Amino acid sequence: MTLVKDSPPATRKAGSAAPAAGRGRGRRENLAGYLFMSPWIAGFLLLTAGPMVASLWFAFTDYNLFNSPKWIGLDNFTRMFDDPRWQKSVEVTAKYVVIGTPLKLLLALGVALLLAQSRRGQAFYRAAFYAPSLIGASVSVAFVWRSLFSDSAVVDRTMSLFGVHAGGWVGNPDWILYCLVALTVWQFGAPMVIFLAGLKQVPKELYEAAELDGAGAFRTFWSVTLPMISPVLFFNVLLETIHSFQIFGSAYVVSNTYCGPADATLVYTCYLYQQGFKNAQMGFASAMAWMLLVAVALVTAVLFWSQKKWVHYENDAEGAR
Amino acid sequence: MSATTTKPLSLNRGRTGSLVWHLGSLLVLAVVLYPVVWVIGASFKPSKDIVNSLQLFPAHPILDNFKGLADGIADISIWTFFQNSLLYAGGAVVGILVSCSLTAYAFAKIRFAGRNLLFSLMIGTLLLPYHVLLIPQYVMFQKLELINTYVPLLLGKYLATEAFFVFLMVQFMRNLPRELDEAARLDGCGHLRIYWSIVLPLCRPALITSAIFTFINAWNDFMGPLIYLNEPGKYTVSLGMMMFRDSDGVASNYGGLIAMSLVALLPVLLFFLAFQRYLIDGMATSGLKG
Repeated sequence: MTLVKDSPPATRKAGSAAPAAGRGRGRRENLAGYLFMSPWIAGFLLLTAGPMVASLWFAFTDYNLFNSPKWIGLDNFTRMFDDPRWQKSVEVTAKYVVIGTPLKLLLALGVALLLAQSRRGQAFYRAAFYAPSLIGASVSVAFVWRSLFSDSAVVDRTMSLFGVHAGGWVGNPDWILYCLVALTVWQFGAPMVIFLAGLKQVPKELYEAAELDGAGAFRTFWSVTLPMISPVLFFNVLLETIHSFQIFGSAYVVSNTYCGPADATLVYTCYLYQQGFKNAQMGFASAMAWMLLVAVALVTAVLFWSQKKWVHYENDAEGAR
Repeated sequence: MSATTTKPLSLNRGRTGSLVWHLGSLLVLAVVLYPVVWVIGASFKPSKDIVNSLQLFPAHPILDNFKGLADGIADISIWTFFQNSLLYAGGAVVGILVSCSLTAYAFAKIRFAGRNLLFSLMIGTLLLPYHVLLIPQYVMFQKLELINTYVPLLLGKYLATEAFFVFLMVQFMRNLPRELDEAARLDGCGHLRIYWSIVLPLCRPALITSAIFTFINAWNDFMGPLIYLNEPGKYTVSLGMMMFRDSDGVASNYGGLIAMSLVALLPVLLFFLAFQRYLIDGMATSGLKG
């Protein structure tokens, strides 16, 4: 707008008319923008866009890393759909996502509602509950988890008090997946912090109005709190779901690197790793990766489509920014 | 009176409410902290008691588990693994701070053609599963003979591929008062000056948050080192622990493994204790504007 006034004296001397100076300014802004962006652009081309194209190509080839890739059309995909272990890995991952994510988010929301009442110790509890999210992905915690869920260790003995005898969860194909579910639920602190931030932004007047209208606690939660924090809820559901599709490290370590017993913890990425890096089936593994991408994209699309129905955005006008 | 009525759940009022609140919070706290307290206690127990004893802390604590660690794992000193992890995490922090802040400055403060398109692409990579890139990246680094080096682990950090941190910094820079850089422009400052002397110093909180998250992520990283490093002398702490677990006689030296787990957690826990405010604030803002 105030191009001439903004431009430093040097350009005014060099340029002649105001529009020319404006164009020079715009060009210099473009140049500066792309110079500042250059690391990201290089990274995007070299480490994201390029590899995406390459893996799409590998997905239709037979490739073992030593011979050059050989085009085999849809063979990887037909083999994959017929492969019982692939089917098992889809089942295990789906179970993990469908059970673990809602439990984790429900706990996160419940505890956030509890902590949203500012009482003494709130900051301490918030910090303590958040800590597991930072260490949960480590090998250390996976080892600890293996110990806690071993035969006659603390979890087993506690369950026995309630008449459930599962033995060691980590050795039992019916139970070991729940050991991983427990590990992800334990890390409820990260979504909880996001919920808390959302709860803090709900205008107090709304609660006062609900109180005046004689709404009870549940009604207030359902009609005031929940709609007001629905954008934050949406964000948490989206990110947690996408992340749990990609679980690898803890499944690999908790199940002693073989994703068993009986493939009970053969999560999708575990199988992808086995096929790609143990069996050198780079083509097959790439096809698997693209199926994962398709699944994640579908879930994302469904979530974005559904948000029209349940996500309430306060300031739609600002959304354009 | 009205102070308590304005809270999301107006159930708990007065003294009983307060009691219920504290009991509930303490119950959650006990479950959440149990594994952490357990690993501290267990590392002072003899190996045979670790799984079976329900006592959190042993009646007769021993230091043998830690002493055993001084001998190293498979003739490699524990310190080597720590040095490798520090190198990886430190290198990652420097890369992220430089590359992501430059990118974020461009998105937040420079009006250039194509900015919105690139920003959408950047946000898109936040949702992209890393596994789609895993195999082609491995093939590429293998052709370049960079397997068993730290280049594959670090290159992305220097090329701003971690969109989360770019996003975090963009949000922060957009909220800085516009007058500051406009005044600087009037005085004839170029973008590099504004970036370095005005925006970066004001962004300290976002930079600290990014640095600590990056350090912790690299410290915990398992898949990257597992795939790219294959020589024990170059292993990070995570891989060293896996090697320890696979070594002979781990059944009798289970205590050593647990002690090692505790030692490996310490840097992260210390960072958390020192900087928890930055981490929690960073986490909270990531959700609000998304």
